[in-house]
Amino acid sequence: MQSIRETLIGPVFKNNPIGLQILGICSALAVTSSLRVTLVMCIALTLVTAFSSMFISAIRNHIPSSIRIIVQMVIIASLVIVVDQFLRAYAFGISKQLSVFVGLIITNCIVMGRAEAYAMVNPPVASFVDGIGNGLGYSIVLVIVAIVRELLGSGKLMGFEILPLVTDGGWYVPNGLLLLPPSAFFLIGGFIWALRSVRTEQVEAPEYKIATHTVVGEST
Amino acid sequence: MSSNDSIRKTLIVAFALCIVCSIIVSGAAVILQPVQEVNKALDRKRNILAAAGMLVDGKSIEEQFSKVKTRYVDLRSGKFADESVPDKYDQRRAAKDPDLSDALNVEQDVARIARREYFAPVYLVEDAQGALEKIVLPIRGFGLWSTLYGFVALAPDTNTIVGIGFNEHGETPGLGGEVDNPRWKAFWPGKQVYRGGKVEIGLIKGSVDPASANAAWQVDGLAGATLTSRGVTHLLHFWLGENGFQPFLDNLLAGEA
Repeated sequence: MQSIRETLIGPVFKNNPIGLQILGICSALAVTSSLRVTLVMCIALTLVTAFSSMFISAIRNHIPSSIRIIVQMVIIASLVIVVDQFLRAYAFGISKQLSVFVGLIITNCIVMGRAEAYAMVNPPVASFVDGIGNGLGYSIVLVIVAIVRELLGSGKLMGFEILPLVTDGGWYVPNGLLLLPPSAFFLIGGFIWALRSVRTEQVEAPEYKIATHTVVGEST
Repeated sequence: MSSNDSIRKTLIVAFALCIVCSIIVSGAAVILQPVQEVNKALDRKRNILAAAGMLVDGKSIEEQFSKVKTRYVDLRSGKFADESVPDKYDQRRAAKDPDLSDALNVEQDVARIARREYFAPVYLVEDAQGALEKIVLPIRGFGLWSTLYGFVALAPDTNTIVGIGFNEHGETPGLGGEVDNPRWKAFWPGKQVYRGGKVEIGLIKGSVDPASANAAWQVDGLAGATLTSRGVTHLLHFWLGENGFQPFLDNLLAGEA
């Protein structure tokens, strides 16, 4: 049994859901063009992962295995709707910007992944902490990506101007590519590379090797 | 554990879970609804102010909106009809209600909205002396994927555009979604709507040539979004035309509204 601390901190770097497990990439591409929206998305996802893991873990001994995925989905979907309702009530502007992506937390692989892999076999408190930890692991990647994208893509952070743009009389020519979803691929790729350079144990063994060139069927 | 997989247990768990979850979801929706409605109304007011070019950051929306008067217009007669509007009137819902709207035929329905409601709100901005300064009209119409909902603000001559804005649409981000781009919206102020009593304003392909005789009635099209651009042109033609607000605007000018 892992310690609580390890359950919480582990997913941030050692077992990062995006970096190592390569889960939850789609929303990482979609919502990271502005830092403020990203932070709200991260909080929403962390809460949903934590609470869904906790509830699923609490009833794990009563879930019939034949309908377990559906049971998990129902719990996750209910929580996501509640979060969406809260955002609409207290952060209307941001909920408009996040639009469908809040709803898509339901299908975020991290939430399902943790429910199935961890919460089904661990007690509620540990599952809750595991959910928070994985949410943080997801958040740290998203926040890094969002900082780079918003700063270099529109010269701002949290909507405040950092690099004055040429169009507003400043000197910075924004990199439009960074506002488009593909740029997040490059950044996440770079993040995974950096992470695996430091923690070499995360490097996966290649699935195949290119054979050295040999000349076949010819005698010399 | 094997008892978990009995049909009985499966049904019980599924049923109980659904009940609990639906109570939580509907509870949250009902409890939070009042706050959400306030937000929605605020958002609408913000968009009306933005279209009229009056939105100032840092000041409360309610305070800024106090200069705006909401009146209702009967689109059939083109006159004010504040008294005949039902309580809690919702324009969008009324447009689907056969008791509060008319079906449009193909020729009338250039904006592809299917039905036109009887009553529409108009927002009048008056200066300190009570003279009309701006008229903000709600507009909507179909683009490429979605119905665009927005507002257009006119000067008191009912012919000069003050501003335009869309608060809700599902057009492609980066293409049709550029209707939200402030630089595109900046093309609108000063443009003319009518020529010889007909709606002339429209988006064209490419950029407007400022030397052209038609430049006052033309706005740059959205690059890569021909259908959204057409949709915007059509919805303006509908709402500023004879089936939209034109009778009302004429009455207003003549002082008969």
